[in-house]
Amino acid sequence: MTVTDHDVSVPEESSTEGSHHELEPGHPPTSTGLTNEKVAIWAFLGSECLLFGGLISTYLLYKGQSNPGTIRPHDIFDIPYTSVSSFVLLMSSLTMVLALSAIQKGDHRALRVWLLTTALLGGSFVAGQCYEFTVFVREGLNLRTNLFGSSFYIMTGFHGAHVTIGVLMLLSLWSMSVKGKLPSEKAEVVELIGLYWHFVDIVWIVIFTLVYLIP
Amino acid sequence: MAIVTQPAPAAPSSPSGSGTDIDSAPAHPTRLLRRPTGDAKGLWGWITTVDHKKIGVLYGVTAMLFFLVGGVEALLLRIQLGSPNNTFLSADAYNQIFTMHGTTMIFLVIMPLSAGFANYLLPLMIGARDVAFPRLNAFGFWVFIVGGLFMYSSFFLGGAPNGGWFGYAPLTRNMPGHNIDYWIFGLQILGIASLSGAVNLIVTVINMRAPGMSLMRMPIFVWMSLVAQFLLLFAIPVITVALFLLSFDRLFSTNFFNADAGADPLLWQHLFWLFGHPEVYILILPAMGIVSEILPVFSRKPLFGYPVMVFSGIAIGFMGWGVWAHHMFATGLGPVALSAFSASTMFIAVPTGVKIFNWISTLWKGKIRLTTPLLFAVGFVTMFTIGGLSGVTHAVVPSDTQQTDTYYIVAHFHYVLFGGSIFGLFGGLYYWYPKLTGRLLSDRIGKLHFWLTLIGFNATFAPFHILGLQGMPRRIYTYPTGRGWDVWNFVATMGSFCIALSVLVFMYNLWVSRKSPPVGTDPWDARTLEWSIPSPPPEYNFKEIPIVTARDEFWHQKYTEDENGRAVLREKPLPADAKVSPQQEATEQVESSTDVALTDDAGAVDHVDTHGAEHGDDEHEEHVHIHMPSPSYWPAFSALGLAIICYGMIYKFWIIAVLGGVWLLGGIYSWGLEPSSAPEPPAEPTDDHAALTPEDEPSGDLEPAGKA
Amino acid sequence: MNAFTSLAKRFRGVRTFATAGLLLVLSGCAGHAPQDTFEPKGPVSRTILHLSQPVFIIAGVVFVLVQGLVLLAVIKFRERPDDPRPEPEQIHGNTKLEVGWTLIPALILFSIAIPTIKTIFDLSHKPKNALQVTVVGHQFWWEYQYTDLGITTANELSIPAGVPVELTLKSVDVIHSYWIPPLAGKTDVIPGRENHMSFEADKPGTYLGQCTEFCGLSHANMRARAIAYTQSDFDTWVARQKTAAAAVPEGSEAAKGLALFNGKGCAGCHTVEGVSQGKVGPNLTHLQSRSTFAGSIFALNEGNLRTWLKNPPGVKPGSVMPNLGLTSEEITQLIAYLETLQ
Repeated sequence: MTVTDHDVSVPEESSTEGSHHELEPGHPPTSTGLTNEKVAIWAFLGSECLLFGGLISTYLLYKGQSNPGTIRPHDIFDIPYTSVSSFVLLMSSLTMVLALSAIQKGDHRALRVWLLTTALLGGSFVAGQCYEFTVFVREGLNLRTNLFGSSFYIMTGFHGAHVTIGVLMLLSLWSMSVKGKLPSEKAEVVELIGLYWHFVDIVWIVIFTLVYLIP
Repeated sequence: MAIVTQPAPAAPSSPSGSGTDIDSAPAHPTRLLRRPTGDAKGLWGWITTVDHKKIGVLYGVTAMLFFLVGGVEALLLRIQLGSPNNTFLSADAYNQIFTMHGTTMIFLVIMPLSAGFANYLLPLMIGARDVAFPRLNAFGFWVFIVGGLFMYSSFFLGGAPNGGWFGYAPLTRNMPGHNIDYWIFGLQILGIASLSGAVNLIVTVINMRAPGMSLMRMPIFVWMSLVAQFLLLFAIPVITVALFLLSFDRLFSTNFFNADAGADPLLWQHLFWLFGHPEVYILILPAMGIVSEILPVFSRKPLFGYPVMVFSGIAIGFMGWGVWAHHMFATGLGPVALSAFSASTMFIAVPTGVKIFNWISTLWKGKIRLTTPLLFAVGFVTMFTIGGLSGVTHAVVPSDTQQTDTYYIVAHFHYVLFGGSIFGLFGGLYYWYPKLTGRLLSDRIGKLHFWLTLIGFNATFAPFHILGLQGMPRRIYTYPTGRGWDVWNFVATMGSFCIALSVLVFMYNLWVSRKSPPVGTDPWDARTLEWSIPSPPPEYNFKEIPIVTARDEFWHQKYTEDENGRAVLREKPLPADAKVSPQQEATEQVESSTDVALTDDAGAVDHVDTHGAEHGDDEHEEHVHIHMPSPSYWPAFSALGLAIICYGMIYKFWIIAVLGGVWLLGGIYSWGLEPSSAPEPPAEPTDDHAALTPEDEPSGDLEPAGKA
Repeated sequence: MNAFTSLAKRFRGVRTFATAGLLLVLSGCAGHAPQDTFEPKGPVSRTILHLSQPVFIIAGVVFVLVQGLVLLAVIKFRERPDDPRPEPEQIHGNTKLEVGWTLIPALILFSIAIPTIKTIFDLSHKPKNALQVTVVGHQFWWEYQYTDLGITTANELSIPAGVPVELTLKSVDVIHSYWIPPLAGKTDVIPGRENHMSFEADKPGTYLGQCTEFCGLSHANMRARAIAYTQSDFDTWVARQKTAAAAVPEGSEAAKGLALFNGKGCAGCHTVEGVSQGKVGPNLTHLQSRSTFAGSIFALNEGNLRTWLKNPPGVKPGSVMPNLGLTSEEITQLIAYLETLQ
């Protein structure tokens, strides 16, 4: 989505970090027409791809190399349970889209509802993951048990940390909106956090497919 | 807060009339410290600066200090190896010092020095007033210095890292003590610095070019830095993963590199070199860019084959990802993989070779001024050629099994990183020093510096080729007599002192330059935009954002070509709207209007209102009113949090780590809630109220990209 | 550079400017360098050198050409005082030339790649009827297991000359790299993996090498040597290794030493057949058949053993063998015992 940055005028502050001056009159249009923040988050997400790529590759390399007699992935995965939590996370992408659409339409009440829903869905996913981990630990798989344990917990834990950060950012947006500090001109903030949120979602779909579904 | 380039700061809370400039907003009631103003001086001014030029200088100065430390480490290593069975250093001391020498020179010298040049020059070269995210830029620098000091604090806290800069697991998994932990967490911190710098500079170049500065008009240094920043963007996460796994192995006894649990130690090498080889190009590409700027200026000819230079740089950037396993030719990869990586390694020499021939062609038929920057640039071309050719001999896998992990490879990468990167960066220092300071470095002392460096460098590292081929392995703290290595080791040690002497000469040159007479805007008759503004440049860089009409815009403003293609001075400079006149001290004001709108081919629009120009006789700058981002101490504050987290992690004082996390988060939130620049005073003098009420400030964003 | 000078020796037809300029280097190289990769003593290292030499020549020629062009350009076109030349012509590029110097290096590299890949595959073939030896890397010494012959020894690899040897490389701790430059290129020794390398010595002799992957504190002290015997000498060596340890006379110094060997914990780490089964340190059953010890850094003699036993980590940093706090008398007795291990 684009905000109003195309019809704004006048440069002079070439530097537009952070605050949303660029959405106000007085911001220089950029060379690409995209705001700096948007280019930055795409660059950042590109970098994140390699981070998760490295962790997922490590898992795939190691899942079959655990010492014999130790727990294997499919001894322990509860696929119906994880499918439900994956569905929850997937739905949160939908509510994120609705939140963005709400702020673009200027409907701040709906924005807050959808932000909170997204955060709740994300929170449920994290809670579900914590529960899953405790079940696994009870069944005898911890960080040190074998290579599967080490690489599984690190990869999914790292993803869970990303979701948690996303939830914190969503809650911050919500509280900004409650205080009236998230006017429609700042819809791009919601969009940027939405991009991050969708990215984290997509990563989970990849993990769910490669780790849980493929034997 | 309006940063106004104004010498006399107004009292913090003085209500300002709408016609005058506002200096600083009143102290924020919720802040511990008053937000510094744009003209904060002294140490505090440096700590809180968000000016890309000051940050560039900070990077440069810090990197030079680390260069001295890394150089002293190198001398210690060379003294130890100067004679067989030497006991000058213990095995443990030697291993710490060679690890820190490598880590320092790569992560704390060449990378930040390149980052310093990029920070300082990229906005100037593309005609911007600052980088895209000035506070993120400051954060990147402070994280870098926190990472460097964190790693060096290990010397006083039980011993420095001693597993080599490559940190091969499982050795680094098993080593006792906290030495390796400092290395792991130090590199993680430095990774954050590089990543934030990469995002920032990429956005700056992509998004903040002046009108008319299309991609194929960008100075070649901008291009090479852009490629290097993209490499960083994608390479850093790979080593982050590797270090992350290793730190879990060390702290929580996971099994990632535990062969007894079925792990494959080669995973470390694949991850490390998947980062490590692009890293080589991260180190060399900016220097290539610098050389490509220097040669045309002193040959008075344009860069030969600019598009080919750009595309070969991009090609190197891409191909750099397909050659990592050539660091692993002895690991038993199997003939198919060996052949593939051998071929890819050979062919990455092609774009590099093209660059060398284009540099020679740039010199060819030029009118070459033999200044110090040119000498260093020519030194780069020749020394780097040697490194490149010995690189080709490494690509021949069977030969490499005789060469890898010997002094031959030490010679190879020193020819690339010292003969290449450091020569290029020294050339850049001599070349841009007058822009930074307004004063030239002495050319006479500079030439002495150059020749001592060249002689010392070759005396040190050329014998390494021979030593390596005679079978001397690297990373050994001692060697016996009777191996035939005594003579060349002694020569190399003497050479290293010659290099040390050359560095002293360089420092002397810096010292005496404070007395050298000021030079003007453009002492070299140069080609790129940074030379069109005063030396040193004002905080806002360009009073008017330049309108770019050609590659080598500034040269184009000064010269045209006659019918024979020779450069001729323009009788009349180009029209004022396409040119920035440093002499013209026009009073300018930012206007939220669209008096002038100039659209360039990239779609950018610039608006300039110069209706104050009639006051051009006013030589003072106090009326120049350009809205710049305000300084902030939050970036430096936040960066400290990382060190606290890492100390907590290393010693497993989890509470400290959590406190560090809170510190970091608090810093980032405060940073986020602080406007990048204080609001302009409203037309009516209600700014007291506005500034005193935090709710009224434009709130910050959450900016996930920069914060991660 | 050594590369160039060696080339000059072998290819007398190639007399480049560079080799002449590097005659000085030759004089420096004249000293005996037992780990020199340019003096192959076996077919594998010779194959490698024959592949390398043309590459070094090509590199040398390219270097001289490029360097010459650079110097020529700088000298010829430098600005002189009162230079009468007008401003230079503004040449922006030349597509034909640039395509040329993209293609020509690519062709040269292609011509290097072909023999390289061929040699990679040639060297990867396992030799037939090779002597099989398992090399185990330890911090900081080498263990050799002749599984077919039932022999375990340390530090010195004994092989018959003229017979191919295939090494299976394993590590018990960290990554090492096995390298005897006169015989073959190096191959890494990686825990959890098995690597292979093979070579052959032309003639009997002692060939020096060492570990080339940084493996910790005493990486520099992890040396290797291969001793090639004639076939009959090798058979004698095998026979000696297979004899049982001689009995120690009762009441002698050596017997006291044996008691210390068992009492001070030596037996926990070292194997002496019929006495102990320790696996951490080198097998000492036929210690006296070796000429060096402790990662091949010390010649095996009484004085060195005495120094060593007094404080192993003091003379070899990071040595796994601890300082046992032996008295001078105990050391004498232990050495007396060790001297019976023929």
